Amino acid sequence: MHGPGEVEVSRRGLLVGGAASVAAGAVSAPADAQRAPAAPKPAMAKVSFEVNGRRQSLEVDTRTTLLDALREHLKLTGSKKGCDQGQCGACTVIVDGRRINSCLSLAVMHEGDRITTVEGLGTPDKLHPMQAAFVRHDGYQCGYCTPGQICSAVSVLEEIRAGIPSHVSADLTAAPALTAAEMRERMSGNICRCGAYSNIIEAMADVAGAKA
Amino acid sequence: MRPFTYSRAKSPAEAAAEAASAPGAKFIAGGTNLLDLMKLEIETPSHLIDVQDLKLDRIEPTAEGGLRIGALVRNTDLAADARVRRDYGVLSRALLAGASGQLRNKATTAGNLLQRTRCPYFYDTNQPCNKRQPGSGCSAIGGFSRQLAVIGSSKACIATHPGDMAIAMRVLDATVETVDPKGQTRAIPMADFHRLPGETPHIDTNLKAGELITAVTLPKPLGGKHFYHKERDRASYAFALVSVAAVVQPDGRGRVAFGGVAHKPWRVEAAEAAMPQGAKAVTGATFAGAAPTPENAFKLTLAERALGAVLAQARA
Repeated sequence: MHGPGEVEVSRRGLLVGGAASVAAGAVSAPADAQRAPAAPKPAMAKVSFEVNGRRQSLEVDTRTTLLDALREHLKLTGSKKGCDQGQCGACTVIVDGRRINSCLSLAVMHEGDRITTVEGLGTPDKLHPMQAAFVRHDGYQCGYCTPGQICSAVSVLEEIRAGIPSHVSADLTAAPALTAAEMRERMSGNICRCGAYSNIIEAMADVAGAKA
Repeated sequence: MRPFTYSRAKSPAEAAAEAASAPGAKFIAGGTNLLDLMKLEIETPSHLIDVQDLKLDRIEPTAEGGLRIGALVRNTDLAADARVRRDYGVLSRALLAGASGQLRNKATTAGNLLQRTRCPYFYDTNQPCNKRQPGSGCSAIGGFSRQLAVIGSSKACIATHPGDMAIAMRVLDATVETVDPKGQTRAIPMADFHRLPGETPHIDTNLKAGELITAVTLPKPLGGKHFYHKERDRASYAFALVSVAAVVQPDGRGRVAFGGVAHKPWRVEAAEAAMPQGAKAVTGATFAGAAPTPENAFKLTLAERALGAVLAQARA
Protein backbone atom coordinates (compact mmCIF):
# COMPACT_ATOMS: atom_id res chain seq x y z
CA MET A 1 0.00 0.00 0.00
CA HIS A 2 1.18 3.54 -0.73
CA GLY A 3 0.93 6.22 1.92
CA PRO A 4 0.02 9.83 1.08
CA GLY A 5 3.68 10.82 1.38
CA GLU A 6 4.75 8.39 -1.31
CA VAL A 7 2.07 9.71 -3.65
CA GLU A 8 3.38 13.21 -3.02
CA VAL A 9 6.91 12.13 -3.93
CA SER A 10 5.87 10.47 -7.15
CA ARG A 11 3.83 13.54 -8.12
CA ARG A 12 6.89 15.73 -7.60
CA GLY A 13 8.87 13.25 -9.68
CA LEU A 14 6.35 13.60 -12.47
CA LEU A 15 6.57 17.38 -12.35
CA VAL A 16 10.35 17.28 -12.55
CA GLY A 17 10.15 14.85 -15.44
CA GLY A 18 7.65 17.15 -17.15
CA ALA A 19 9.92 20.18 -16.78
CA ALA A 20 12.86 18.20 -18.13
CA SER A 21 11.00 17.16 -21.24
CA VAL A 22 9.92 20.76 -21.86
CA ALA A 23 13.58 21.81 -21.61
CA ALA A 24 14.59 19.05 -24.02
CA GLY A 25 11.96 20.32 -26.46
CA ALA A 26 13.30 23.87 -26.20
CA VAL A 27 16.89 22.76 -26.83
CA SER A 28 16.06 20.84 -29.98
CA ALA A 29 13.57 23.44 -31.25
CA PRO A 30 16.12 25.37 -33.39
CA ALA A 31 16.57 22.21 -35.45
CA ASP A 32 13.08 22.85 -36.79
CA ALA A 33 13.69 25.64 -39.27
CA GLN A 34 9.95 26.29 -39.60
CA ARG A 35 9.45 27.08 -35.91
CA ALA A 36 8.56 30.72 -35.35
CA PRO A 37 10.24 32.84 -32.65
CA ALA A 38 8.68 32.46 -29.20
CA ALA A 39 5.39 34.26 -28.54
CA PRO A 40 4.93 36.35 -31.69
CA LYS A 41 2.12 38.89 -31.44
CA PRO A 42 -1.20 38.09 -33.08
CA ALA A 43 -1.61 39.86 -36.43
CA MET A 44 -4.89 41.49 -37.42
CA ALA A 45 -6.25 41.86 -40.96
CA LYS A 46 -9.37 43.30 -42.59
CA VAL A 47 -11.61 41.27 -44.85
CA SER A 48 -14.94 41.87 -46.57
CA PHE A 49 -17.25 39.26 -48.04
CA GLU A 50 -20.93 38.64 -48.65
CA VAL A 51 -22.75 36.25 -46.35
CA ASN A 52 -26.28 35.18 -47.28
CA GLY A 53 -26.65 38.26 -49.48
CA ARG A 54 -25.37 40.76 -46.90
CA ARG A 55 -22.03 42.58 -47.16
CA GLN A 56 -19.85 42.01 -44.09
CA SER A 57 -16.58 43.75 -43.17
CA LEU A 58 -14.49 42.34 -40.36
CA GLU A 59 -11.14 42.88 -38.72
CA VAL A 60 -9.90 39.53 -37.49
CA ASP A 61 -6.84 37.81 -36.09
CA THR A 62 -5.30 36.23 -39.21
CA ARG A 63 -5.69 32.83 -37.52
CA THR A 64 -9.50 33.07 -37.62
CA THR A 65 -11.07 30.36 -39.73
CA LEU A 66 -14.03 31.11 -41.95
CA LEU A 67 -16.09 28.95 -39.58
CA ASP A 68 -15.10 31.01 -36.52
CA ALA A 69 -15.73 34.26 -38.41
CA LEU A 70 -19.25 33.07 -39.25
CA ARG A 71 -20.04 31.72 -35.80
CA GLU A 72 -18.19 34.02 -33.39
CA HIS A 73 -18.04 37.31 -35.29
CA LEU A 74 -21.26 37.20 -37.31
CA LYS A 75 -23.23 35.04 -34.84
CA LEU A 76 -24.37 32.72 -37.62
CA THR A 77 -24.24 29.60 -35.47
CA GLY A 78 -25.98 27.30 -37.94
CA SER A 79 -22.64 26.05 -39.30
CA LYS A 80 -21.21 23.72 -36.67
CA LYS A 81 -17.75 22.94 -35.38
CA GLY A 82 -17.56 19.18 -35.16
CA CYS A 83 -13.99 17.99 -35.60
CA ASP A 84 -12.36 21.31 -36.69
CA GLN A 85 -10.07 19.31 -39.00
CA GLY A 86 -12.09 18.63 -42.13
CA GLN A 87 -13.15 15.12 -41.29
CA CYS A 88 -16.82 15.51 -40.28
CA GLY A 89 -18.36 18.09 -42.64
CA ALA A 90 -20.53 19.78 -39.96
CA CYS A 91 -18.97 23.14 -40.97
CA THR A 92 -19.85 22.80 -44.67
CA VAL A 93 -20.83 26.09 -46.31
CA ILE A 94 -21.16 27.12 -49.95
CA VAL A 95 -18.57 29.62 -51.22
CA ASP A 96 -18.98 31.03 -54.74
CA GLY A 97 -21.27 28.11 -55.52
CA ARG A 98 -19.03 25.35 -54.11
CA ARG A 99 -19.27 23.49 -50.84
CA ILE A 100 -16.18 23.64 -48.66
CA ASN A 101 -15.13 22.84 -45.09
CA SER A 102 -15.20 26.30 -43.48
CA CYS A 103 -13.03 25.03 -40.60
CA LEU A 104 -10.10 24.46 -42.99
CA SER A 105 -10.17 27.89 -44.59
CA LEU A 106 -8.90 31.22 -43.27
CA ALA A 107 -11.42 34.07 -43.17
CA VAL A 108 -8.84 36.49 -44.62
CA MET A 109 -8.57 34.35 -47.75
CA HIS A 110 -12.23 35.05 -48.66
CA GLU A 111 -12.02 38.70 -49.69
CA GLY A 112 -14.93 39.43 -52.05
CA ASP A 113 -16.38 35.91 -51.86
CA ARG A 114 -20.10 35.05 -51.77
CA ILE A 115 -20.82 32.73 -48.86
CA THR A 116 -24.05 30.85 -48.20
CA THR A 117 -24.67 29.18 -44.84
CA VAL A 118 -27.69 27.12 -43.84
CA GLU A 119 -29.29 30.36 -42.59
CA GLY A 120 -29.13 31.71 -46.15
CA LEU A 121 -30.75 28.71 -47.82
CA GLY A 122 -34.16 29.21 -46.27
CA THR A 123 -36.01 30.59 -43.26
CA PRO A 124 -38.32 28.86 -40.76
CA ASP A 125 -41.28 30.35 -42.69
CA LYS A 126 -39.88 29.59 -46.13
CA LEU A 127 -37.73 26.49 -46.04
CA HIS A 128 -35.38 25.58 -48.87
CA PRO A 129 -36.73 22.45 -50.62
CA MET A 130 -33.81 20.47 -49.18
CA GLN A 131 -34.59 21.68 -45.64
CA ALA A 132 -38.26 20.73 -46.10
CA ALA A 133 -37.25 17.31 -47.43
CA PHE A 134 -34.97 16.66 -44.44
CA VAL A 135 -37.96 17.38 -42.16
CA ARG A 136 -40.29 15.22 -44.25
CA HIS A 137 -37.90 12.25 -44.36
CA ASP A 138 -36.49 12.49 -40.82
CA GLY A 139 -33.01 13.24 -42.17
CA TYR A 140 -31.59 13.79 -38.68
CA GLN A 141 -31.90 12.89 -35.03
CA CYS A 142 -29.78 15.21 -32.85
CA GLY A 143 -29.44 17.74 -35.66
CA TYR A 144 -25.84 18.74 -35.04
CA CYS A 145 -24.53 17.66 -38.44
CA THR A 146 -27.70 18.76 -40.25
CA PRO A 147 -26.69 22.28 -41.41
CA GLY A 148 -23.56 20.82 -43.00
CA GLN A 149 -25.52 17.88 -44.43
CA ILE A 150 -28.06 20.24 -46.02
CA CYS A 151 -25.45 22.59 -47.52
CA SER A 152 -23.59 19.56 -48.85
CA ALA A 153 -26.75 17.92 -50.20
CA VAL A 154 -27.76 21.07 -52.09
CA SER A 155 -24.28 21.24 -53.65
CA VAL A 156 -24.19 17.52 -54.47
CA LEU A 157 -27.29 17.79 -56.64
CA GLU A 158 -25.73 20.78 -58.42
CA GLU A 159 -22.46 18.90 -58.93
CA ILE A 160 -24.30 15.96 -60.51
CA ARG A 161 -26.30 18.35 -62.68
CA ALA A 162 -23.05 20.06 -63.73
CA GLY A 163 -21.70 16.70 -64.90
CA ILE A 164 -18.89 16.36 -62.35
CA PRO A 165 -18.01 12.65 -62.09
CA SER A 166 -17.48 10.73 -58.85
CA HIS A 167 -15.59 7.68 -57.63
CA VAL A 168 -18.62 5.47 -58.37
CA SER A 169 -19.38 6.84 -61.86
CA ALA A 170 -19.01 3.75 -64.08
CA ASP A 171 -18.22 5.67 -67.26
CA LEU A 172 -15.93 8.66 -66.77
CA THR A 173 -16.85 10.20 -70.10
CA ALA A 174 -20.63 10.00 -69.58
CA ALA A 175 -22.77 12.40 -67.54
CA PRO A 176 -23.17 11.05 -63.98
CA ALA A 177 -26.59 9.62 -63.10
CA LEU A 178 -28.82 10.78 -60.25
CA THR A 179 -28.67 7.52 -58.33
CA ALA A 180 -28.55 6.69 -54.62
CA ALA A 181 -25.04 5.27 -55.09
CA GLU A 182 -23.84 8.56 -56.60
CA MET A 183 -25.41 10.60 -53.81
CA ARG A 184 -24.02 8.34 -51.07
CA GLU A 185 -20.47 8.54 -52.42
CA ARG A 186 -20.63 12.31 -52.78
CA MET A 187 -21.95 12.73 -49.20
CA SER A 188 -19.05 10.77 -47.65
CA GLY A 189 -17.50 13.98 -46.30
CA ASN A 190 -20.48 14.50 -43.98
CA ILE A 191 -20.55 12.26 -40.95
CA CYS A 192 -23.78 11.64 -38.98
CA ARG A 193 -23.23 10.17 -35.53
CA CYS A 194 -26.96 9.34 -35.26
CA GLY A 195 -26.83 7.38 -38.49
CA ALA A 196 -29.57 9.19 -40.41
CA TYR A 197 -27.81 8.40 -43.68
CA SER A 198 -30.57 6.43 -45.39
CA ASN A 199 -33.14 9.14 -44.64
CA ILE A 200 -30.77 11.83 -45.88
CA ILE A 201 -30.51 9.98 -49.20
CA GLU A 202 -34.33 9.71 -49.28
CA ALA A 203 -34.57 13.48 -48.75
CA MET A 204 -32.03 14.18 -51.49
CA ALA A 205 -33.75 11.81 -53.90
CA ASP A 206 -37.06 13.53 -53.17
CA VAL A 207 -35.62 16.95 -54.03
CA ALA A 208 -33.84 15.59 -57.10
CA GLY A 209 -36.96 13.78 -58.32
CA ALA A 210 -34.98 10.53 -58.28
CA LYS A 211 -35.44 7.10 -56.72
CA ALA A 212 -33.47 6.53 -53.49
CA MET B 1 -2.10 28.01 -33.74
CA ARG B 2 0.95 30.31 -33.79
CA PRO B 3 0.26 33.88 -34.93
CA PHE B 4 1.32 34.73 -38.48
CA THR B 5 1.22 37.67 -40.85
CA TYR B 6 -0.57 37.33 -44.18
CA SER B 7 -0.12 38.68 -47.69
CA ARG B 8 -1.46 38.01 -51.18
CA ALA B 9 1.10 37.67 -53.97
CA LYS B 10 0.49 39.13 -57.45
CA SER B 11 2.78 36.92 -59.55
CA PRO B 12 4.57 33.58 -59.17
CA ALA B 13 8.04 35.20 -59.24
CA GLU B 14 6.93 37.78 -56.65
CA ALA B 15 5.57 35.00 -54.42
CA ALA B 16 8.84 33.05 -54.62
CA ALA B 17 10.92 36.17 -53.93
CA GLU B 18 8.74 37.02 -50.93
CA ALA B 19 9.15 33.49 -49.58
CA ALA B 20 12.92 33.83 -49.76
CA SER B 21 12.96 37.24 -48.06
CA ALA B 22 10.68 36.26 -45.16
CA PRO B 23 12.16 33.41 -43.10
CA GLY B 24 9.47 31.11 -41.80
CA ALA B 25 7.12 31.97 -44.67
CA LYS B 26 4.94 29.39 -46.39
CA PHE B 27 2.70 29.48 -49.44
CA ILE B 28 -0.99 28.81 -48.90
CA ALA B 29 -3.46 27.82 -51.63
CA GLY B 30 -6.36 25.53 -50.64
CA GLY B 31 -4.97 25.26 -47.12
CA THR B 32 -6.78 22.00 -46.38
CA ASN B 33 -3.63 20.25 -45.11
CA LEU B 34 -1.55 23.24 -44.02
CA LEU B 35 -4.22 24.74 -41.73
CA ASP B 36 -4.87 21.36 -40.16
CA LEU B 37 -1.15 21.08 -39.36
CA MET B 38 -0.96 24.70 -38.15
CA LYS B 39 -3.76 24.08 -35.65
CA LEU B 40 -1.66 21.28 -34.18
CA GLU B 41 1.49 23.48 -34.37
CA ILE B 42 3.19 20.84 -36.49
CA GLU B 43 3.55 23.58 -39.10
CA THR B 44 4.41 26.95 -37.57
CA PRO B 45 4.87 29.52 -40.36
CA SER B 46 5.36 33.10 -39.20
CA HIS B 47 4.06 34.44 -42.52
CA LEU B 48 1.60 33.07 -45.08
CA ILE B 49 1.79 34.02 -48.75
CA ASP B 50 -1.62 33.49 -50.30
CA VAL B 51 -1.13 32.45 -53.93
CA GLN B 52 -4.79 32.39 -55.02
CA ASP B 53 -4.42 35.46 -57.30
CA LEU B 54 -1.60 34.02 -59.43
CA LYS B 55 -3.92 32.98 -62.30
CA LEU B 56 -2.47 29.47 -62.34
CA ASP B 57 -5.93 27.93 -62.51
CA ARG B 58 -6.14 26.90 -66.16
CA ILE B 59 -5.65 23.61 -68.01
CA GLU B 60 -4.14 24.20 -71.43
CA PRO B 61 -2.91 21.99 -74.30
CA THR B 62 0.86 21.85 -74.79
CA ALA B 63 2.72 21.99 -78.13
CA GLU B 64 3.69 18.32 -77.56
CA GLY B 65 0.05 17.19 -77.50
CA GLY B 66 -0.21 16.96 -73.73
CA LEU B 67 -1.79 19.15 -71.05
CA ARG B 68 -0.39 21.84 -68.80
CA ILE B 69 -2.27 21.92 -65.49
CA GLY B 70 -1.93 25.16 -63.54
CA ALA B 71 -0.74 24.76 -59.95
CA LEU B 72 -4.00 26.22 -58.61
CA VAL B 73 -6.41 24.03 -60.59
CA ARG B 74 -8.74 22.52 -58.00
CA ASN B 75 -8.93 18.74 -57.65
CA THR B 76 -12.64 18.84 -58.58
CA ASP B 77 -11.96 20.77 -61.79
CA LEU B 78 -9.01 18.60 -62.82
CA ALA B 79 -11.00 15.40 -62.27
CA ALA B 80 -13.98 16.82 -64.20
CA ASP B 81 -12.03 18.22 -67.16
CA ALA B 82 -13.31 16.54 -70.34
CA ARG B 83 -9.78 16.07 -71.76
CA VAL B 84 -8.52 14.50 -68.53
CA ARG B 85 -11.54 12.18 -68.34
CA ARG B 86 -11.06 11.10 -71.97
CA ASP B 87 -7.26 10.86 -72.28
CA TYR B 88 -5.91 10.57 -68.73
CA GLY B 89 -8.62 8.55 -66.97
CA VAL B 90 -6.15 7.24 -64.39
CA LEU B 91 -5.66 10.82 -63.14
CA SER B 92 -9.36 11.60 -62.98
CA ARG B 93 -10.00 8.31 -61.14
CA ALA B 94 -7.18 8.92 -58.67
CA LEU B 95 -8.48 12.39 -57.80
CA LEU B 96 -12.03 11.14 -57.34
CA ALA B 97 -10.79 8.35 -55.05
CA GLY B 98 -9.22 10.94 -52.74
CA ALA B 99 -10.63 13.01 -49.87
CA SER B 100 -14.23 14.32 -49.89
CA GLY B 101 -16.20 16.56 -52.25
CA GLN B 102 -15.68 19.55 -49.95
CA LEU B 103 -11.91 19.01 -49.79
CA ARG B 104 -11.57 18.44 -53.55
CA ASN B 105 -13.33 21.78 -54.07
CA LYS B 106 -10.51 23.55 -52.19
CA ALA B 107 -7.45 21.34 -52.70
CA THR B 108 -5.14 22.40 -55.53
CA THR B 109 -2.86 20.48 -57.87
CA ALA B 110 0.35 21.83 -56.29
CA GLY B 111 -0.98 21.55 -52.75
CA ASN B 112 -1.96 17.93 -53.32
CA LEU B 113 1.64 17.12 -54.32
CA LEU B 114 2.88 18.84 -51.15
CA GLN B 115 0.49 17.25 -48.66
CA ARG B 116 2.30 15.72 -45.74
CA THR B 117 2.17 12.18 -44.42
CA ARG B 118 -0.73 10.93 -42.30
CA CYS B 119 1.53 8.79 -40.14
CA PRO B 120 -0.22 8.91 -36.74
CA TYR B 121 3.05 9.70 -34.95
CA PHE B 122 3.71 12.70 -37.20
CA TYR B 123 0.36 14.05 -35.98
CA ASP B 124 0.90 13.14 -32.33
CA THR B 125 3.08 15.94 -31.00
CA ASN B 126 3.64 14.04 -27.75
CA GLN B 127 5.63 11.34 -29.55
CA PRO B 128 9.08 11.46 -31.12
CA CYS B 129 9.00 11.78 -34.93
CA ASN B 130 12.02 12.41 -37.14
CA LYS B 131 9.83 14.00 -39.80
CA ARG B 132 8.28 16.48 -37.37
CA GLN B 133 11.33 17.01 -35.16
CA PRO B 134 14.56 15.80 -36.80
CA GLY B 135 16.69 13.64 -34.56
CA SER B 136 13.93 12.87 -32.05
CA GLY B 137 13.44 9.27 -33.23
CA CYS B 138 10.75 7.29 -35.03
CA SER B 139 7.78 6.11 -32.95
CA ALA B 140 6.24 4.27 -35.88
CA ILE B 141 9.03 1.67 -36.02
CA GLY B 142 7.83 -0.84 -33.46
CA GLY B 143 4.58 1.11 -33.07
CA PHE B 144 1.25 0.99 -34.90
CA SER B 145 2.44 0.67 -38.47
CA ARG B 146 -0.46 -0.92 -40.32
CA GLN B 147 -0.88 2.12 -42.63
CA LEU B 148 2.81 2.75 -43.16
CA ALA B 149 5.53 2.06 -45.72
CA VAL B 150 6.68 -1.40 -46.83
CA ILE B 151 9.48 -0.32 -49.16
CA GLY B 152 11.98 2.51 -49.57
CA SER B 153 11.78 3.32 -45.87
CA SER B 154 14.76 3.91 -43.57
CA LYS B 155 15.78 3.43 -39.95
CA ALA B 156 14.68 7.04 -39.44
CA CYS B 157 11.19 6.95 -40.98
CA ILE B 158 8.54 4.58 -42.37
CA ALA B 159 5.97 7.23 -43.34
CA THR B 160 4.10 7.13 -46.65
CA HIS B 161 3.12 9.78 -49.14
CA PRO B 162 -0.65 9.80 -48.50
CA GLY B 163 -1.92 11.10 -51.84
CA ASP B 164 -3.64 9.49 -54.81
CA MET B 165 -3.12 12.15 -57.50
CA ALA B 166 0.69 11.86 -57.44
CA ILE B 167 0.51 8.09 -58.04
CA ALA B 168 -1.40 8.68 -61.28
CA MET B 169 0.94 11.51 -62.29
CA ARG B 170 3.91 9.19 -61.74
CA VAL B 171 2.45 6.54 -64.04
CA LEU B 172 1.77 9.25 -66.64
CA ASP B 173 5.39 10.55 -66.43
CA ALA B 174 4.17 14.03 -65.50
CA THR B 175 6.58 16.92 -64.95
CA VAL B 176 6.43 19.53 -62.18
CA GLU B 177 7.23 23.10 -63.29
CA THR B 178 8.55 25.60 -60.76
CA VAL B 179 9.90 29.12 -60.34
CA ASP B 180 12.52 29.99 -57.72
CA PRO B 181 13.13 33.22 -55.78
CA LYS B 182 15.55 34.44 -58.49
CA GLY B 183 12.88 33.96 -61.15
CA GLN B 184 14.57 30.84 -62.60
CA THR B 185 12.21 28.15 -63.82
CA ARG B 186 12.84 24.41 -63.98
CA ALA B 187 10.99 21.19 -64.74
CA ILE B 188 11.22 18.25 -62.31
CA PRO B 189 10.12 14.78 -63.48
CA MET B 190 7.56 13.26 -61.08
CA ALA B 191 10.01 10.43 -60.44
CA ASP B 192 12.42 12.93 -58.86
CA PHE B 193 9.90 15.19 -57.14
CA HIS B 194 9.26 13.27 -53.92
CA ARG B 195 12.17 11.88 -51.89
CA LEU B 196 12.78 8.73 -49.95
CA PRO B 197 13.16 9.43 -46.23
CA GLY B 198 16.78 8.31 -45.74
CA GLU B 199 18.40 10.26 -42.91
CA THR B 200 16.38 13.41 -43.68
CA PRO B 201 12.70 12.42 -43.48
CA HIS B 202 11.71 16.01 -42.60
CA ILE B 203 12.33 16.88 -46.27
CA ASP B 204 9.46 15.49 -48.38
CA THR B 205 10.37 16.82 -51.82
CA ASN B 206 13.31 18.11 -53.86
CA LEU B 207 11.93 21.67 -53.99
CA LYS B 208 14.42 24.30 -52.85
CA ALA B 209 13.65 26.99 -50.27
CA GLY B 210 11.13 29.46 -51.70
CA GLU B 211 10.64 27.47 -54.92
CA LEU B 212 7.01 27.65 -56.09
CA ILE B 213 5.18 25.08 -58.21
CA THR B 214 3.54 26.77 -61.19
CA ALA B 215 2.19 23.80 -63.16
CA VAL B 216 2.20 20.08 -63.79
CA THR B 217 2.52 18.98 -67.40
CA LEU B 218 1.29 15.69 -68.83
CA PRO B 219 2.92 14.20 -71.96
CA LYS B 220 0.70 13.29 -74.89
CA PRO B 221 -1.94 10.64 -74.12
CA LEU B 222 -0.82 7.01 -73.82
CA GLY B 223 -4.05 5.40 -75.00
CA GLY B 224 -4.89 2.04 -73.45
CA LYS B 225 -7.23 1.38 -70.55
CA HIS B 226 -6.81 3.47 -67.43
CA PHE B 227 -7.31 2.23 -63.86
CA TYR B 228 -6.97 3.59 -60.36
CA HIS B 229 -7.75 0.84 -57.88
CA LYS B 230 -7.72 1.92 -54.23
CA GLU B 231 -7.94 -0.43 -51.26
CA ARG B 232 -8.88 1.27 -47.99
CA ASP B 233 -10.62 0.64 -44.68
CA ARG B 234 -13.95 2.13 -45.82
CA ALA B 235 -15.58 2.58 -49.19
CA SER B 236 -15.03 6.34 -49.41
CA TYR B 237 -13.07 9.16 -47.82
CA ALA B 238 -10.11 7.21 -46.42
CA PHE B 239 -6.41 7.05 -47.22
CA ALA B 240 -5.12 4.13 -49.25
CA LEU B 241 -3.75 0.98 -47.69
CA VAL B 242 -2.61 0.14 -51.21
CA SER B 243 -3.52 1.79 -54.47
CA VAL B 244 -2.70 0.82 -58.05
CA ALA B 245 -2.47 3.33 -60.89
CA ALA B 246 -2.22 1.49 -64.19
CA VAL B 247 -2.42 2.05 -67.93
CA VAL B 248 -2.82 -1.23 -69.81
CA GLN B 249 -2.49 -1.54 -73.60
CA PRO B 250 -4.49 -4.02 -75.72
CA ASP B 251 -1.45 -6.35 -75.98
CA GLY B 252 -1.25 -6.59 -72.17
CA ARG B 253 1.78 -4.37 -71.79
CA GLY B 254 1.58 -1.21 -69.76
CA ARG B 255 2.64 0.86 -66.79
CA VAL B 256 1.89 0.62 -63.09
CA ALA B 257 2.63 2.67 -59.96
CA PHE B 258 1.61 1.92 -56.38
CA GLY B 259 0.39 4.25 -53.62
CA GLY B 260 0.19 3.76 -49.87
CA VAL B 261 3.39 1.70 -49.80
CA ALA B 262 6.28 4.18 -49.75
CA HIS B 263 7.41 7.73 -49.04
CA LYS B 264 6.82 8.51 -52.73
CA PRO B 265 4.76 7.05 -55.58
CA TRP B 266 6.31 3.60 -56.09
CA ARG B 267 7.01 2.65 -59.69
CA VAL B 268 9.71 0.28 -60.95
CA GLU B 269 9.78 0.63 -64.73
CA ALA B 270 11.88 -2.53 -65.20
CA ALA B 271 9.14 -4.60 -63.54
CA GLU B 272 6.51 -3.40 -66.02
CA ALA B 273 7.89 -5.68 -68.76
CA ALA B 274 6.32 -8.54 -66.79
CA MET B 275 2.77 -7.16 -67.06
CA PRO B 276 1.69 -9.66 -69.76
CA GLN B 277 2.81 -12.46 -67.38
CA GLY B 278 0.44 -11.30 -64.66
CA ALA B 279 0.37 -9.54 -61.31
CA LYS B 280 2.66 -11.82 -59.32
CA ALA B 281 5.56 -11.35 -61.72
CA VAL B 282 5.13 -7.57 -61.63
CA THR B 283 4.75 -7.12 -57.88
CA GLY B 284 7.56 -9.60 -57.19
CA ALA B 285 9.97 -7.36 -59.07
CA THR B 286 8.37 -4.07 -57.97
CA PHE B 287 8.60 -4.93 -54.28
CA ALA B 288 11.98 -6.71 -54.32
CA GLY B 289 13.82 -5.65 -51.18
CA ALA B 290 10.63 -4.68 -49.36
CA ALA B 291 11.00 -4.31 -45.59
CA PRO B 292 7.47 -4.43 -44.19
CA THR B 293 6.64 -4.50 -40.47
CA PRO B 294 4.69 -7.45 -39.04
CA GLU B 295 1.63 -5.15 -39.02
CA ASN B 296 1.78 -4.12 -42.67
CA ALA B 297 3.28 -7.14 -44.44
CA PHE B 298 -0.26 -7.80 -45.73
CA LYS B 299 0.23 -4.86 -48.10
CA LEU B 300 2.52 -6.97 -50.29
CA THR B 301 -0.20 -9.57 -50.80
CA LEU B 302 -2.78 -6.82 -51.21
CA ALA B 303 -0.69 -5.09 -53.88
CA GLU B 304 -0.45 -8.31 -55.89
CA ARG B 305 -4.18 -8.98 -55.62
CA ALA B 306 -5.11 -5.37 -56.40
CA LEU B 307 -2.97 -5.43 -59.54
CA GLY B 308 -4.44 -8.85 -60.36
CA ALA B 309 -7.93 -7.34 -60.19
CA VAL B 310 -6.86 -4.47 -62.45
CA LEU B 311 -5.29 -6.80 -65.04
CA ALA B 312 -8.41 -9.00 -65.03
CA GLN B 313 -10.55 -5.91 -65.67
CA ALA B 314 -8.20 -4.86 -68.44
CA ARG B 315 -8.68 -8.23 -70.15
CA ALA B 316 -12.47 -8.17 -69.74
